[in-house]
Amino acid sequence: MAADNKNRTSVSEMIEQQKRKRKFFNQLERMIPGLLLIIASISVLTTIGIIYTLFAESVAFFRNVPILDFFTGTVLKPLSQNPEFGVLPLLNGTIISTVIAMLVAGPIGMMSAIYLSEYAPDNVRRVIKPLLEILAGVPTIVYGFFAFTFVTPLLRMIFPSIEATNILSPGIIMGVMIIPMIASLSEDAMSSVPNSMREGALALGSTKLETTFKVVIPAALSGIIASFVLGISRAIGETMIVAIASGSSKNFSFDITGSMQTMTAYIVEVAGGEAAAGTTIYYSLYAVALTLFVFTLIMNLLAKYISRKFREEY
Amino acid sequence: MSTVMTKAINLKLVRNENERSEPEVEKEVVYDTKGLNLWYGETHALKNINMDIKEKEVTAIIGPSGCGKSTYLKTLNRMVELVPIVKTSGQITYKGKNILDKSFRVEDLRTQVGMVFQKANPFPKSIYENIAYGPKIHGIKNKKILDEIVEKSLRGAFIWDELKDRLNDNAYGLSGGQQQRLCIARCLAVEPNVILMDEPTSALDPKSTLRIEELVQELKKDYAIVIVTHNMQQAARISDKTAFFLNGEIIEYDKTDHIFNNPTDERTGDYISGRFG
Repeated sequence: MAADNKNRTSVSEMIEQQKRKRKFFNQLERMIPGLLLIIASISVLTTIGIIYTLFAESVAFFRNVPILDFFTGTVLKPLSQNPEFGVLPLLNGTIISTVIAMLVAGPIGMMSAIYLSEYAPDNVRRVIKPLLEILAGVPTIVYGFFAFTFVTPLLRMIFPSIEATNILSPGIIMGVMIIPMIASLSEDAMSSVPNSMREGALALGSTKLETTFKVVIPAALSGIIASFVLGISRAIGETMIVAIASGSSKNFSFDITGSMQTMTAYIVEVAGGEAAAGTTIYYSLYAVALTLFVFTLIMNLLAKYISRKFREEY
Repeated sequence: MSTVMTKAINLKLVRNENERSEPEVEKEVVYDTKGLNLWYGETHALKNINMDIKEKEVTAIIGPSGCGKSTYLKTLNRMVELVPIVKTSGQITYKGKNILDKSFRVEDLRTQVGMVFQKANPFPKSIYENIAYGPKIHGIKNKKILDEIVEKSLRGAFIWDELKDRLNDNAYGLSGGQQQRLCIARCLAVEPNVILMDEPTSALDPKSTLRIEELVQELKKDYAIVIVTHNMQQAARISDKTAFFLNGEIIEYDKTDHIFNNPTDERTGDYISGRFG
């Protein structure tokens, strides 16, 4: 061994020799924070760009249509001889479809999460969770198609007068689409509640259900709320399903078996039509998009506030 | 550390004096274990355990890691069943009923048998809500009664004076020792008959340990206490009876004095004198 070492350069000498090569890497090392900052700011800059465009084009729209008429108008007739631009029918369509979606996704998603996190044996969980995530990967156009060709005819058995395009069926299907999101995220939040808390509750004589509802869910509440908000944001922003299955009626009504248009579906319709740049109807796209943007922004801020308020820290 | 030791010796002396002056009163048996065997899957974790636990006594269970002492403690309130592969045979009679019988409702058992864990596990709620949790799930809703229960339980755990002005603070803001006493108070709130303690001081500093030990001495006036500990001095200080577990068997179970001063089995002596473990 000793003889071998004599012929070989020592480790510290080898390190010394490598030093020159490392010069380049050292410089790179110094540049890394700057490079990463630029990359990280791409999304921020994009957001700023989008907001700027939305505002700039919306200003042009509000020069033609008074802002108050836009937000309080219940009549939307963009293509008529005397066009009217009231956003309420669209807002109404978005809110109703979102409420229907959440009425489906909330309870089902939550109960799935409770089952997976608290009751399911390990092998069942290992099968169901990936399946749920596959459901989340189905393209929305497939869901839209499914709502139009399968769910609406099914609903006709219950509501014979239901229109071929209606808000109920895409609402339900949007809910189905959101279930995996709520189930999976809520399950994550509940699974990360330490077992010691469940043991503490069980040792006091709580049943499993009491433990789940009074200890685990409160402890996981901020994560659960976050999953609901993501679900709501997803429903508000969902486009394809409503564009296909809900038609383009711009009536301000609360009849869920009738056709309604959401903000997103309106944007699809107008952008796909022949709205010439510079016309009021063209600018109305931006005004509606801005409304949509503000709407989701408010949702997210609200969610942050709620989850901070109800947070149980452990 | 030295104060703890002196205090410990004092405690022991006091206890010995008490024992000498007190005439032997026949205490009621709370738990009677007969021929208990327990398996985790294929592992035979408890082998033919026979042991009775009496009211108003502190029963300590000592033994090296993996000897089954915690498993036995958790069998007493059937928390051991949270591990799905557990199988048991034999019987544990609690107040005349076999608790291992599948028809025995575990929630009833656990309401009467409180448990304190190795690591304090308060709920992420306010101090008040932590104590009120137990009574609430058992249907006590009246705010005034709950207020009384909270005060009484916190007083019972000697922590009322420290916490009375911050009942609405989150329990996670408390120190480790306070959290553990809060957990004991939470246990007291449902007025159990027995308190099981699973190494309750192993995560605490000497000062907090001492306070818990003093508390145990107070609590044994009203409760049967079973305490698992890896700290032999602690067993010697606070218990009336000690069981020495080794490889899932009870090697020796007797009065604490006897176990520590004059053990019958060689292995007990070896363990206590620190020759293994």
